[in-house]
Amino acid sequence: MTTAILKQPTEPTAARKPNRSFVHGLITNKKALLGMTVMLVFIALALLAPVLFPGDPSRITAMASLEPSPEHWLGTTAKGQDVLALTVHGSRSSLFVGLTVGFASTFVGILVGLASAYFGKFIDEALSLVTNVFLLLPGLPLLVILAAFLPPGLGTVILVLVVTGWAGSARVLRSQALSIRSKDFVAAAVVSGERAGRIMFREILPNMASIVMGTLLACVIYGIGAQAGLEFLGLGDVSTVSWGNNLFWAGNEGALLTGSWWVFVPSGVCIALVAFALALINYAVDEVTNPRLRKIKTPKITERSAAK
Amino acid sequence: MRFILRRLGFYLIAFWASITLNFLLPRFMPGDPVSRMFARTQGKMQPEQIDALRKLLGVDDRPIWEQYIDYLHNIVTGNMGISISRFPAPVTEVISSQIGWTLLLGGTALVIAAVVGNLLGILAAWRRGGAIDSALPPVLVFIGSFPYFWLAMGALYLFGVVLGWFPIRHAFTDGLEPGFTWEFIGDVGAHLVLPALTIVLVSIGGWMLGMRNTMIATNSEDYITMAEAKGLRPGRIMLRYAARNAMLPSVTSFGMGLGFVVGGALLTEVVFAYPGVGYQLLNAVQGLDYPLMQGLFLTITAAVLLANFLVDILYVRLDPRVRSN
Repeated sequence: MTTAILKQPTEPTAARKPNRSFVHGLITNKKALLGMTVMLVFIALALLAPVLFPGDPSRITAMASLEPSPEHWLGTTAKGQDVLALTVHGSRSSLFVGLTVGFASTFVGILVGLASAYFGKFIDEALSLVTNVFLLLPGLPLLVILAAFLPPGLGTVILVLVVTGWAGSARVLRSQALSIRSKDFVAAAVVSGERAGRIMFREILPNMASIVMGTLLACVIYGIGAQAGLEFLGLGDVSTVSWGNNLFWAGNEGALLTGSWWVFVPSGVCIALVAFALALINYAVDEVTNPRLRKIKTPKITERSAAK
Repeated sequence: MRFILRRLGFYLIAFWASITLNFLLPRFMPGDPVSRMFARTQGKMQPEQIDALRKLLGVDDRPIWEQYIDYLHNIVTGNMGISISRFPAPVTEVISSQIGWTLLLGGTALVIAAVVGNLLGILAAWRRGGAIDSALPPVLVFIGSFPYFWLAMGALYLFGVVLGWFPIRHAFTDGLEPGFTWEFIGDVGAHLVLPALTIVLVSIGGWMLGMRNTMIATNSEDYITMAEAKGLRPGRIMLRYAARNAMLPSVTSFGMGLGFVVGGALLTEVVFAYPGVGYQLLNAVQGLDYPLMQGLFLTITAAVLLANFLVDILYVRLDPRVRSN
């Protein structure tokens, strides 16, 4: 459902020219290319994990705490599990939760942001109040409290992350939608009697495609990082294999104190690489859509963008 | 003045929302927290303890609105119940003995990250395409991509275990008498280095990039061209004209940053076993100490809201547009 709405901007209803130059700018942008390559590698690894390392990755296959060797490229844990298998399999849960949380919280953000901007007045006041309250409540302590009271499981992790993660995107999307709401073509659509839903999703939404994409990327980064944090604290679903749980077990089994660096390094580096790749794509989107941030020295822009 | 009152009203609503959330969570969750806790302590709980708990967590039979009013009354009068894991210490006592460490760790890290990050951002925007502008952002964004706690683990392993430069756990050496002696302050400082360093490393990139992007927008304003035309020294234009006006978003992020620091400090505190509220919160969760958990969450929320309110007051002072509105 979320994907369908997010894909709309590429439909012919949206202005064609800016979209093509947007895609073109993204493909020719070095940052975006690097980021997308890294992401594709990780997605491929996640999909191929059962082929590359068949069977349960957390089964005990060797002696405990072996250093990296040709047999076990990344060594083994204190229990004797193969670290490489755990890391590759971990990408499945981490990417899945990250993407789900990213899409879901962006979707909630779009709904709240568009409704706020379109209806205005009382609805805007109320929705903005709720958004700001959620933005202000300290995220991680709230995560911990929610996770402590809810029954453990993957569903809980996703739900909790969406609850704490949607507000940021709602605020960004609302301010952007608000500036588009005041444009003439929206007024024209209102006068011509189009339904509210159509104006919101077919008139306003396609014109903020780039900011929706930026928000989505930021939400995915948040989802992956927050899931890892939650699991590291032992509040996730301990039975699944994911990067956060790998780190939880590494900490629990004292990998740091015994000097088994190979147990905790791979999962952390993977999280960082994915987050970095997404951040690169995000900056590239920013650069392509915001002329001021481009490398080439442009003549001074006198007209303020309406978004500010 | 109207702006301040509006904000105050907003913070009160936010605080009320978190109190209500705290009230509702244990009452609508599946299972009965009291029996869970009772099972865990293997019947070692006193009858009056159980009774107080039932009241706090809403497993008594009174109507819900009556419980709610009772709960609000307790919070307002500062009665947050008795800690289970540290029986018979009241929750407020446990929290007050620990909040200082979090403020020390979070405050130090936040101030260092904000000052250094903003300065780097100013320099990067001023010399577009220079060494700082092209080399630092990618590096900082990459470091910022690592999870807080993972960098903390790495720092602990590298500087604490392998090199042995800094102590790896707690806020001061066990057995050392707390007091205003040089020995104690030095010891606390040494324990502070690694946790603070990891928070600074992760958060500095955000400050720098935020400042850089605002400053680039400010640099294209007419009054900057005017200042240049007047022949003012570049340093003066950079700091007194451009940076000064680009600071406003950073001031707002400082208030928001406090919330993130309390959150980030939670993980860092856990890695270094630093005795702050975050570490205690996790202990409370693991020990099913619901009263302490709720008290800690409310305290953290109240601290964050208060900090944001103070920043708002400062904002009115800094930005005349808010005053005239």
